[in-house]
Amino acid sequence: MILARAIRLTRINGKPAALAILARLIFRMSAMTSLPDLVCPAGSLPALKAAVDNGADAVYLGFKNDTNARNFAGLNFDAKTMADGIRYAHAKGREVLLAINTFPQAGRVADWQKAVDAAVDQGVDAIILADIGLLDYARHRHPRQRLHLSVQGSATSYEAINFCQREFGIRRAVLPRVLTLAQVENVIKNTPVEIEVFGFGSLCVMNEGRCWLSSYACGESPNTVGACSPAKYVKWDKKPGAMETRLNGVLIDRFGDDEPAGYPTLCKGRFEVQGETYYALEEPTSLNVLEILPDILKIGVRAIKVEGRQRSPTYVAQVTRTLRAALDSLRDGSERFHVKPAWQAELSKVSEGSQATLGAYSRPWR
Amino acid sequence: MNGSFTIPKFRLPTFVANLGQKLPQWPHALALVAGLNAALKMKLLPQSELALLEGKLFRVRILDTGGEASYTYANGLFRPVFRPQREPDLAFAAHLSAYLQLLSRQEDPDTLFFNRELEITGDTELGLIVKNMLDAVEWPKFSASLPVFRH
Ligand code: SF4
Repeated sequence: MILARAIRLTRINGKPAALAILARLIFRMSAMTSLPDLVCPAGSLPALKAAVDNGADAVYLGFKNDTNARNFAGLNFDAKTMADGIRYAHAKGREVLLAINTFPQAGRVADWQKAVDAAVDQGVDAIILADIGLLDYARHRHPRQRLHLSVQGSATSYEAINFCQREFGIRRAVLPRVLTLAQVENVIKNTPVEIEVFGFGSLCVMNEGRCWLSSYACGESPNTVGACSPAKYVKWDKKPGAMETRLNGVLIDRFGDDEPAGYPTLCKGRFEVQGETYYALEEPTSLNVLEILPDILKIGVRAIKVEGRQRSPTYVAQVTRTLRAALDSLRDGSERFHVKPAWQAELSKVSEGSQATLGAYSRPWR
Repeated sequence: MNGSFTIPKFRLPTFVANLGQKLPQWPHALALVAGLNAALKMKLLPQSELALLEGKLFRVRILDTGGEASYTYANGLFRPVFRPQREPDLAFAAHLSAYLQLLSRQEDPDTLFFNRELEITGDTELGLIVKNMLDAVEWPKFSASLPVFRH
């Protein structure tokens, strides 16, 4: 596939791009173990460049509107910055994936279809879609466009994934963060579709694509406006010795001066349940798969995704650099793999709540 | 941009803050505003987001120097506000090292926030606009010479 792209780019861009891609191809073929792609977030052009410069194989991004689930003020790409970003990534032989991962609002389906058309016009390598109506539209209107099934599509079984492959020709599916490693392996064994999993980043409460908690507090949620707990409802209140987080007036957490903070979402709030106040839904924490990277490779995962289009170019550079180093150290086989303390330190530092978890990948119960 | 030089996390001794609070605050405000206006002049800041800052009052407080600067954005320019008459729309408070790490893109604002090294109070959406606007700026290579970086 990389070779095909090199030949295509030779025609479009001339020598430099083709040479960069061929060099990558040779490097890859010489590697003893084939590594999964490292797919990194880009909320802005500098973040995209940070991802590419620090070793991402692919970046994913979104338009500046509610067709993507990180529709925050000042974030994302307009037509010009997207064209610049795609040019930058392609010149270095990297892929650009575009997320249209919210569900069309009633009466506005055309806006989402237009986003699909615009993505095709921009020449992105793949579009990441969640809604089956849109998948159907993209499949028929742009039959040659590569399509990925978004994590928001919430397909956790190979039956669901194979259905989407049959009906919409999806080439890759991003698995929701609810499966154990053994379950991921079972999916991979039973589908020809490439499987992408999350490798690092903040966790949603694992109800991909269907969470309404944010709407409960403020009437808006990722699937209605493209953002969870929109900033206009968030208030950080500094009190002596503590900081209170309020979402549309509802107190959702109170941090002591020395306690780490998390995102102001309901799922990460502390609530009183049967007389006890604690993180009743989820702790503010980040998923981090460094420890189980060799296992992820072994079961044949095709791509590892980093969460965080809302984060700055600095975060993107830090996480991309660290995961690149960890993945590259697996090229000679996994026997001698060990997690370097410096990698762990770098990732813990940028983690939400300053702590990390293996999430559902490793849990004794099913 | 942070090259080989890393800014460590440090705290200036408390007497500096006590002293700093007694010094006039206008040099901070002027330096900050000069830096922002330089970025404006180079057209580094996007018009669509700038419009959302119109008339808003911002305050930047440096905890360990005792320094504080208030400024606003009006009619296409950032302007210092020496005697703010009201609470700011958006206020930042952090130690000097955190600001330096932020400006040199050595640390990410969310990281500093999670670790409680950066405090943001007031209009959170405005904070997000400012953060995302600064994140999207492609600083030219000579950015180290902008007054705001030298300060
Ligand atoms: S409330 Fe939590 S689980 Fe729900 S969408 Fe927001 S971040 Fe995700």
